[in-house]
Amino acid sequence: MAEYLILIYSDEKSDSAQSEAEFAEVMAGHNAFAERNGPALRGGNALTSTDAATSIRADGVTDGPFMESKEALGGYYLIEAIDLDAALAVAKQVPFSAGGGLEVRPIRPM
Amino acid sequence: MTVPVPGADVVAAVEAAHRGGWALVLAATVRGCGDLDVAQECVQDAYARALSVWGERGVPDNPVAWLITVARHRAIDLHRRADKLPLLVEEIDAPADDSDQPWIPDDRLRLIFVCCHPALSRPAQAALTLRLVCGLTTAEVARAFLVQESTMAARITRAKKKISAARIPYRVPPPEELPTRIDAVLDVVHLLLSTGHTAPAGPTLVRADLLDRALDLARMLRTLLPADPGVAALLALILFTDARKHTRTAPDGRLLLLEEQDRSRWDATALDEAETFTREALRTRPPHRFALLAAIAGVHAQAPTWADTDWAELVALYDLLLRTWPSPVVALNRAVAVGFLRGPEAGLVELEPLTAEPQLASYPYLAASRADFLRRLGRVDEARLAYTEALLLTENQAERDFLTGRLAGSNTRQPP
Repeated sequence: MAEYLILIYSDEKSDSAQSEAEFAEVMAGHNAFAERNGPALRGGNALTSTDAATSIRADGVTDGPFMESKEALGGYYLIEAIDLDAALAVAKQVPFSAGGGLEVRPIRPM
Repeated sequence: MTVPVPGADVVAAVEAAHRGGWALVLAATVRGCGDLDVAQECVQDAYARALSVWGERGVPDNPVAWLITVARHRAIDLHRRADKLPLLVEEIDAPADDSDQPWIPDDRLRLIFVCCHPALSRPAQAALTLRLVCGLTTAEVARAFLVQESTMAARITRAKKKISAARIPYRVPPPEELPTRIDAVLDVVHLLLSTGHTAPAGPTLVRADLLDRALDLARMLRTLLPADPGVAALLALILFTDARKHTRTAPDGRLLLLEEQDRSRWDATALDEAETFTREALRTRPPHRFALLAAIAGVHAQAPTWADTDWAELVALYDLLLRTWPSPVVALNRAVAVGFLRGPEAGLVELEPLTAEPQLASYPYLAASRADFLRRLGRVDEARLAYTEALLLTENQAERDFLTGRLAGSNTRQPP
């Protein structure tokens, strides 16, 4: 077994324009995902928007995300899977908004 | 120790076993040791040993079985010492009469699906396929894609690292994923076909070595997936291309247009085979895009002369293709067919909207097609401009010579 981190990226501008009903739909999607994939799930969270991000570099602490881009990291799941195909099969069920997407990264075994 | 020089018959036997058996030997060895690098090294070793051992003791009855045994023994030896992240080799537990399993997957199929996994980039997929499934050396793969050997070595190493770090399994995908995964494999073989059909750069128009590899792979896929319509279609398409490869250039290497080619020299056996596979592939609805491409190649193959070409049928097939596979390149080919069906003026009208396509911005055939229609219409100055533009985008020497010739000939105001 191996662990994979599923990173959820989205366009924060369009996310903030979401109606309450749209937001409820996204949450329902995540709940359904968690229910279906309970045994594979090792963790996961939604993040606040990058407005609340603080970055640290060698030259000090700054306001804002580490990397400025249109799509920002908005949440993650940590899953366990036998191989990449199995991990991708789980990841494909993670809801994401239009203009966003997912990145699947293996956790380096220690 | 003196190493005896193997005789020509032994060299030929080893070469034949390399060409026909490499994938089988490597795939079986990977299954045995679960490590792509170790397996590859051991298989190379086994072929090298075959040269000397077969020279001394004669060629074995089943050369491929001999190679598998030698490579696997060596792999077991090496693997005891190695401390590597093993490849995820699926256990074969299917009983002989397992009705859920429509076929017993060949190890070669696992190898192909690893090489063409969608988690790898397309160039990496193609490079790995040539390196691991066809058994080309890294230097040969680098030559095939016109990159430095060190660049190609890095590309292959990075891909292999990803296979092991991300745990891409050595497995045939489950039935629900099979169609899209087969398409990825077919796309890689098609890339070899198009690269071989017209080399992106270099002195020769056709890269026969790449065409041969594409044909080998398609035949292998046909053996492994005999019922797949996409495989049949791609095999047909490659055979159509292969049948014409010797007539596409003059003895001096000059490019010959389809209308100038000696059709009596097209390989009739290959064409017959291609037509059979095309008919088979077209029975599936909706037809695979490669089936439509094969049908298009078939229309050209069936015309006894250039003048007999059924352009109406071709336009209809391109229309169908555009519906299932909308792409600016298909639209360009359709426009050219329209130009031959209804005249160069109509062709130009069809080409016009394509000049705004970003995907065609550096595609030399758009400018070359416009140039040809303008030349036929006697619009010399515009034709010259279009030929010049096409020349700027073309790096294949045979195509450059053709365009340069047309440019030089366009001083006179008489269309030929």
